[in-house]
Amino acid sequence: MKYLLWAAVLATLGLARAEAGDMPGVSATEIKIGQTMPYSGPASAYGADGRAEVAYFKMINDQGGINGRKINLMSVDDGYSPPKTVEQTRMLVEQEGVSFMFNGLGTPTQTAVQKYLNMKKVPQLFVATGADKWGDYQHFPWTIGYQPSYRVEGQIYAKYVLKTKPDAKVAIIYQNDDFGKDYFNGVKDIFGDKYAKMVAKDISYEVTDPTTDQQVVTLQASGADTLMIFATPKFAAQIIRKVYDINWHPQEFLTNVSISVGAVLKPAGVEKAVGIITGGYIKDSTDPAWANDQGMKDWLAFMDKYMPGADKTDGNYTYGYAVAMTLAHVLKECGNDLSRENIMKQATNIHALEIPVFINGITVNTSPTNFHPLRQLQLARWNGKTWERFGDIIEGNGS
Amino acid sequence: MARKSLALALLILALALLPPWLLSSYRLFQLTMVVVYAIAILGLDMLTGYTGQISLGHGAFYAAGAYTAAILMASFDVPYWATLPVAAVICFGFGFAFGFPALRLGGLYLALATFGLAIAVPQLLKLKLFEDWTGGVQGIVISKPDPPFGLALSQDQWLYLFTLAVGVLLFLIARNLLRGRIGLAMRAVRDRPVAAEAMGVDIAMLKTRTFALSAMYTGIAGALGAIAVQFVAPDSFSVFVSITLFVGLVVGGVTSLLGAVLGAIFIVFVPNLADQISKAAPGAIYGVILIGFLMLLPAGVASLARRALAPRRAMTNQGETR
Amino acid sequence: MQALWHQIFSGIATGGIYASVALALVMIYQATHHVNFAQGEMATFSTYIALALIEAGFPYWLAFLATIIVSFAIGVIIERVLMRPMAEAPVLASVGVFIGLLLIFNSVTGWIFSYSVKAFPSPFPETSQFLGGWASPHEVGATLVTLVVLVLVYGFFRFTKLGLAMRAAAYNPVSSRLVGIRVGWMLALGWGLAAAIGAIAGMMVAPIVFLDPSMMSGILLYAFAGALLGGIDNPLGAVIGGFAVGVIENLAGAYVVGPELKLTLALVIIIAVLIFKPAGIFGRVIVSRV
Repeated sequence: MKYLLWAAVLATLGLARAEAGDMPGVSATEIKIGQTMPYSGPASAYGADGRAEVAYFKMINDQGGINGRKINLMSVDDGYSPPKTVEQTRMLVEQEGVSFMFNGLGTPTQTAVQKYLNMKKVPQLFVATGADKWGDYQHFPWTIGYQPSYRVEGQIYAKYVLKTKPDAKVAIIYQNDDFGKDYFNGVKDIFGDKYAKMVAKDISYEVTDPTTDQQVVTLQASGADTLMIFATPKFAAQIIRKVYDINWHPQEFLTNVSISVGAVLKPAGVEKAVGIITGGYIKDSTDPAWANDQGMKDWLAFMDKYMPGADKTDGNYTYGYAVAMTLAHVLKECGNDLSRENIMKQATNIHALEIPVFINGITVNTSPTNFHPLRQLQLARWNGKTWERFGDIIEGNGS
Repeated sequence: MARKSLALALLILALALLPPWLLSSYRLFQLTMVVVYAIAILGLDMLTGYTGQISLGHGAFYAAGAYTAAILMASFDVPYWATLPVAAVICFGFGFAFGFPALRLGGLYLALATFGLAIAVPQLLKLKLFEDWTGGVQGIVISKPDPPFGLALSQDQWLYLFTLAVGVLLFLIARNLLRGRIGLAMRAVRDRPVAAEAMGVDIAMLKTRTFALSAMYTGIAGALGAIAVQFVAPDSFSVFVSITLFVGLVVGGVTSLLGAVLGAIFIVFVPNLADQISKAAPGAIYGVILIGFLMLLPAGVASLARRALAPRRAMTNQGETR
Repeated sequence: MQALWHQIFSGIATGGIYASVALALVMIYQATHHVNFAQGEMATFSTYIALALIEAGFPYWLAFLATIIVSFAIGVIIERVLMRPMAEAPVLASVGVFIGLLLIFNSVTGWIFSYSVKAFPSPFPETSQFLGGWASPHEVGATLVTLVVLVLVYGFFRFTKLGLAMRAAAYNPVSSRLVGIRVGWMLALGWGLAAAIGAIAGMMVAPIVFLDPSMMSGILLYAFAGALLGGIDNPLGAVIGGFAVGVIENLAGAYVVGPELKLTLALVIIIAVLIFKPAGIFGRVIVSRV
C-alpha cells in the first residue's frame, strides 16, 4: 500500500514536471487538441468531418482514453474564411494551449496558418485537403498532409490513358480552384509536351455556376473520346447525367472526391455512369460491395451509437472516422512522451497502418522524408451496381 | 455636448492604448481585426449613412486593398506601411470607376448591383491574366512586420499600435470631412436632393466622390487586414465579407463613428459566440442574434449611446431654465 | 453550326431555371417593394420539405401542393413575426433582417436535412435522349409550369380585386389604408405568395441542379439579372429576361468570354441594364417625385 502511494506521488510529480516543461496541452488526465472546421459558410458540408472526429474521440474516451488520458478535441468554426482560421488557430494555440492542431479543413484556410504554426513549432497534423503542397517536409517540418494528393491522382489517370489508349483524344473539365487545378496539373505532368496533341479541350467551371451544361456541350463539340471529370459531387452528378443525355459516350474518369453512390451516382442515374473509372482508397458507405465488411460494420455501429440521426450516406463521416483512428494510433505510439517533438516524430513514423474503412491493402505510411501518409489508390470501374476494383494497388510518386 | 464627446473619444483612445500591455497576443490580434473592420465599416458608413446608398459589395474594395498590399509586399518588396497609400489610391480609383455608373441607381438597385460585384470578386481574383501577381487560386503568403527602430515590442503589439494609429488618423479625417461643408452637402443630398441641387450641389459628382472615398477607406482596411492575417486568397473574399461589413454597419448604427467600432466588435466576437452555443448550426445562431439586435435596436447599438447622452442634456437644460 | 444551336437550346433550358426564380423575385417586389435576399434559401428549404414528404410516401403532386401551402404559411408567419415589427425601422435594418434570414435558413436546412447532395424527383417522364438530348423532358415540363404560374400571377394581379388591393398596398400604403385596404394583411399575403412561388421554382430547379442547402445561391444572381433585364415590376418581362440571360450566358461562355467570367457577365448585364434602361426592357418607366 505504502509502495503504491509512493509510486502515485512519483508519477504525479513526474507528470507535473513534464506538463510544466515541454508537453504543452497535456495534463495527467487529458490531451487538448485543436481543430478548425467550416461549420458555417460556403463549405459547411465538410463540417461532417469534424463532427465525426469529435464523436470518435468521445467513443475513445468512453473506452478509457489513450494511455490513461482523455482526448479533448476542441473543434471550432472558421466558416472557411482564412482570416477567421488565423484568429481561431491562435485562440486554440495561445489561449487554450492545445498540444497540436489536427485535420484542419481547407487549402486556403490551412495555408493561412501554416507559417504561423511552423514558427511556433506546433504540429499541424493530417490537414484535411488533398493539395500536393502539404508534403513539403523541408520547408514546413511541422505540417503533414493526409489523403492522396489530387495531383498524384490526376497523374494516375493520365498514365492509365497513355497505357491503354495512347491515341485518345482527351477532354478535361475541372473546378476552377486549388482542388481542380491540382488534378489538371497532375495530368499535365504526365502528358508533358504531348499535352497539346492528347488534349482536345480543357475547360473550367466555377462553383457559382448553376449548371455545367454549357461546358459539357462545348467539350462534346471538341470531338474527344475520353473525359476527365475533376468536379465536386453536385457538379460531377450534373456532368455525368448531361454527357449521357446528349448521347456522348466518352471513356470517363472521375475524381475520387465524387465517387459516392448516394450523393453522385444515384442522383445522376446509376445506369448513366456505367463504365466510369476512378481511383479510390476509402470504402464508400453507399456501395453495396461493403455490406458484409467488418470494417464498415464497425463504422455503422459507431454511427448508430455516437452520431444517431446523422446521414450515413455522407462519405465525410467515414473519412473523419478514418483520420481520427490514425491520430489515435499516433497518440498511442507516443506513450507518455507527449511533447510536440515526439508527436511529430510518431506522426512521421507510421508503417503500414491498416485502417478498416480503407480498401484492403491500402495502408498509411509516413517517414521523416515522406509527409504524404496516403499515396495508394486502386482503380475501380462502375458497373451499374457497385465499384468493381481492378488491377493492382497503384502507388503514386508524391513529390 | 462637443466637449462631452471629445472627452468620450479621449477616454476610448486611452482605453485603446492599454491592451498591448494587458492582453495576450491572441487578444491583441482580435483587437487589431476590430480596428481593421471598424475602418472598413466607417468607409461603408460614409456611403450608406451620409448619402443613403446601400452597398452590399464593399468586400470587393476590401479585397482590392488587401491584394494591393500583398502583391506589393510579396512581388515588389515594398515595406508594409508604404502599401497603405498605394492601396488608398487604387481603391479610390476603383471606387470612382464603379461608383460613377452605379450611383445613378436607386437604393435597392444599387444594393443589387453591388451584391453582384461581391459575388463576382473571387472569380476576378482568380483570372489567369493576373495570375503571376495574385498567385491565382493559391493566394499569397506575406510576412508579419517587425517593430521599427528596435522597439522592445512583439510583432503583435506593434501591429496593433500601428493599426490603431492609422485607424485614429482615418477617424479624425472622416470626422472633419463629415462635419465640414462636404458632410453637410452629403446629408443635404440624402435628405433633400432637389433642394441640394438648387443650392448648387453637383449631386452625381458628390455621390461618385463619396463612393470613391468610401471605397478608399475600406481598401485601406483591407490592406491592414492582409498585413495582420499575413495571407490573401480568393476564398478570403467571398460574398460573406461584404455581408459581414454590412451587418457590422447595421448593427453598429449608421452616421456614427462610435457605431463603426461597435459594429466591428459585433462581427469579430459574435460568430465565436455562436460557434460556442451550437456546433450544429452556428450560422443560424448568428442570424438569430443579428435579427434580435435589429428588432431591439433598429437604429443600431450606437443609438443607445446617443440616448444615454441625450436625457442628461435634457436634465441640465431643465436645471438651467429653473 | 450544330454546336451553336445546341448551346442556344441548352441556354434556353437553363434560362427556364432563372425565369422561375426571377418570377418569384418580381412577385415579392410587386407585393412588398422589397428584394428579399433570403428568397433563394427559403425556396431551398421548401424544396427539402417537399422531398421529405415524397420520401414519407406522398404522391408527387400531393407533396407539391402541400409544400406550396406550407411555404405560403411560412411566408405569412415571417411577415407577421419579423417584418411587421420592423415596419417603422429604416430600410437598412430590414435588409439586415433579410441577411439574418438567409443565414438562418441556410444553416437550419443543412442541420436538419444534411449537406450532402440529393436527387429530387421530377414529375415528368424520364426518357433519355429526348429531343435529341437537347433538352430533357423535365426542362420542358418545368418551363411549362413556369408559364402556367406566370399566367396565374398575371391574371391575379390584373383581374382580381385582391390583386389590385395588393398592388395598391405596396405602391402607396397610406392612400390604400384610406380606401379601406388592410395594408398589413396585403403585405403578409404578398410574402406568402412569394414564398409559394419560390417553392415552385425550387421544386422545378432541384431535379436539374440537384438539391443541396446552397442550391439557389449561384442561381439567384442570374435570376436578378433576368428580372432586371425584363423589368422588376413586370412578370412577363422577368420570365423573358430569365430565358435571355440563360442563352446569353451560354453563348458568351462558349464563344466570347470563356466560362471563368460567366458570373461577371451577369454582373455586367445588371449594371448595363440599370444604366441604360433602368426600368428593364419591358418595365414601365416610373417617374419618381423627390
